[in-house]
Amino acid sequence: MAIVTMREALNQAIREEMQRDENVFLMGEEVGAYQGAYKVTKGLLEELGPKRVIDSPITELGFAGLGVGAAMVGLRPIIEFMTFNFSILATDQIINSAAKMLYMSGGQFNIPIVFRGPGGSAFQVSSQHSQALESWFAYFPGLKVVMPSTPADAKGLLKSSVRDNDPVIFIEQERMYGSKGEVSDDPELTIPLGVADIKREGKDVTIVARSLMVPVALKAADLLEKDGVSCEVIDPRTIRPLDIKTIIESVKKTNRVVVAEESHPFCGVAAEIASEIMERAFDYLDAPVKRLSGADVPMPYAKNLEDAAIPNVDQLVAAVKEVAYIE
Amino acid sequence: MRKRTPEPTRVGAEDTSATGLMDQDSAEDADARLDPAEAEALKAAQKSRFAELDRATLQSIYRQMLLARRFEEKSAEAYSTGKIGGFCHLYIGQEAVAIGAISAIGKDDYVLTSYREHAHAIAKGMSPDSVMAELYGKAGGCSHGKGGSMHMFDKEVNFLGGHAIVGGQIPLATGVAFATKYKETDQVTLCFFGEAAVNQGAFHESLNMAQLWKLPCIYICENNQYGMGTSLERAMSLQDISQKACAYEIASEFVDGMDVLAVREATLRAVERARKNYLPTLLEVRTYRFMGHSMSDPGNYRTRAEIERHQERDPLKLYSASLKEEGVLSDSELQKIDDEVRAQVEQAVRFAEESPQPAPEELFTDIYADPIQANE
Ligand SMILES: Cc1ncc(C[n+]2csc(CCOP(=O)(O)OP(=O)(O)O)c2C)c(N)n1
Ligand SMILES: [Mg+2]
Repeated sequence: MAIVTMREALNQAIREEMQRDENVFLMGEEVGAYQGAYKVTKGLLEELGPKRVIDSPITELGFAGLGVGAAMVGLRPIIEFMTFNFSILATDQIINSAAKMLYMSGGQFNIPIVFRGPGGSAFQVSSQHSQALESWFAYFPGLKVVMPSTPADAKGLLKSSVRDNDPVIFIEQERMYGSKGEVSDDPELTIPLGVADIKREGKDVTIVARSLMVPVALKAADLLEKDGVSCEVIDPRTIRPLDIKTIIESVKKTNRVVVAEESHPFCGVAAEIASEIMERAFDYLDAPVKRLSGADVPMPYAKNLEDAAIPNVDQLVAAVKEVAYIE
Repeated sequence: MRKRTPEPTRVGAEDTSATGLMDQDSAEDADARLDPAEAEALKAAQKSRFAELDRATLQSIYRQMLLARRFEEKSAEAYSTGKIGGFCHLYIGQEAVAIGAISAIGKDDYVLTSYREHAHAIAKGMSPDSVMAELYGKAGGCSHGKGGSMHMFDKEVNFLGGHAIVGGQIPLATGVAFATKYKETDQVTLCFFGEAAVNQGAFHESLNMAQLWKLPCIYICENNQYGMGTSLERAMSLQDISQKACAYEIASEFVDGMDVLAVREATLRAVERARKNYLPTLLEVRTYRFMGHSMSDPGNYRTRAEIERHQERDPLKLYSASLKEEGVLSDSELQKIDDEVRAQVEQAVRFAEESPQPAPEELFTDIYADPIQANE
């Protein structure tokens, strides 16, 4: 065990998986010589060589599709988007090719590929470089969507994603690359996809939070503890398939739930979770399910406006108090 | 008036000025009736092609072309009686392209193409039974009824689809070629697409990567001169497609797509380049589709006369005439092949008719290779 950053944990996962399996290759913009736009791939070119760590031109649709084609015939690509904002150019290949190939081919061609990179809000880079796209990808059967919130989860989940035989969208929160935590150096330690993690146990209110909202939820829970409100914080970690069971079990215990997310509310993941809770645990609810989402606006540049667009600890505390009917 | 650029330079890492290339002028005329001198020249070229091939190969190419033709005639019939649904894009008129090109590769090599793929699938070695059953949406179909006309796949023979987003298969094929080079095999990948796909970014992005990384992919543009109802002239600023390869320093050739052996030879040259040196090639193969874009095409964007003019160079007619002339097949042998092929198609229809519908529970299979039951 060592304390490492999210960035370093991801780096370890990629390195270990590439050492383990020769069919894994890494491709993306600036992943090699430049050491990664966010230094996640630092040292990999030197260690694994240019055959396996490939700097691509700025050609997202092209290299995403190249990855899917390579996956059709036995390779296991890790395709890095410099940021997920640019995956938008590649969505045809992700959705129409990767997600549907197994189905359209009657089970003949599965696509073992990981599309990864930073996503969610960044620091003051305005609308085109700061957005959460998980609900887009999670919409499609055939894709798996993973969003880690700690270095340990990042490492274990990325390793599982590389070993998984389906296309995985792996979204790393851009603001969290520097966040630190304990990480195992056992190369065989993986975390299964589709399993939520209870980040904090509690009995009064359930907070479902993912990615950037997990540390926010933990802080809110600390504050609320002082007010005598015990919060259970559940991190689904995998958005699709969603471990709804763990969420429902918690709601049955607490009878109150807030779903926090930095993404837009409309047609979002929190909306989906809220509706699942309504369908599966309506009779257990003592208050309507509350969503706390990012503002329904493109991300602004100005610091004060940007801060106002992303849910914060105070807002989450207020949301919890609302469902707990506390003034 | 269509404008052609003067003399396209063909650039490549290797010399591509091989014999059998049509120059731009004769290429132009491939659309229309040939004048006697040109017809003579073509004939001479064809004679030398025949001399190089054994009887069995020449016959099998004919059989495949005819099988594709008869198969699709039957599909059209089945479509009109409602046995086949959805979109159904016929290949009639273009058979020389798929059959000629695929005759130049082996079983281990890969093929990817668009939604107009029945002939490619059969030429790659898929059974007509499973292709017809797929058209019928039956469990015995190659994709178990989940893909339909536009999504034929067969892992056994390395037929990798069947893709229905215009241009979508081009990056995929580039990736397949990337993988074969990565694994250091000598396999090559044929990637077919229509001329309208050339306007997609996917085409340009792929060619750039293919030459940048020296990938053994052969890009075969089937220029049938229309993307649905839009003629090439109305959609493309530079219509000399083979010339687009210059932008990426890829070797290219312009090929008469009504001459099956010309297609085969150009593909063989490209295959050699790919196998030996991991180099890509762009082939622009000029062809024409005799039927509508799909079964629901009103056909009001071109004249009957234009179609008939092209039908004079029906690739099957041209090839069967040469086979006779060269003494490879007699009239009665040609007839015998036709009888056999028709029987094969009848058998495919029987198979499709008798094959069961997919089981209802199939709706929920094949979504994930590693399903996770977390949300049950
Ligand atoms: C991205 C995309 N846009 C539009 C369509 C609808 N569409 C299907 S085929 C076609 C024409 C394509 O023509 P071409 O590439 O020349 O191939 P051909 O049909 O002539 O074989 C169009 C517009 C599509 N399938 N995909
Ligand atoms: Mg066309």
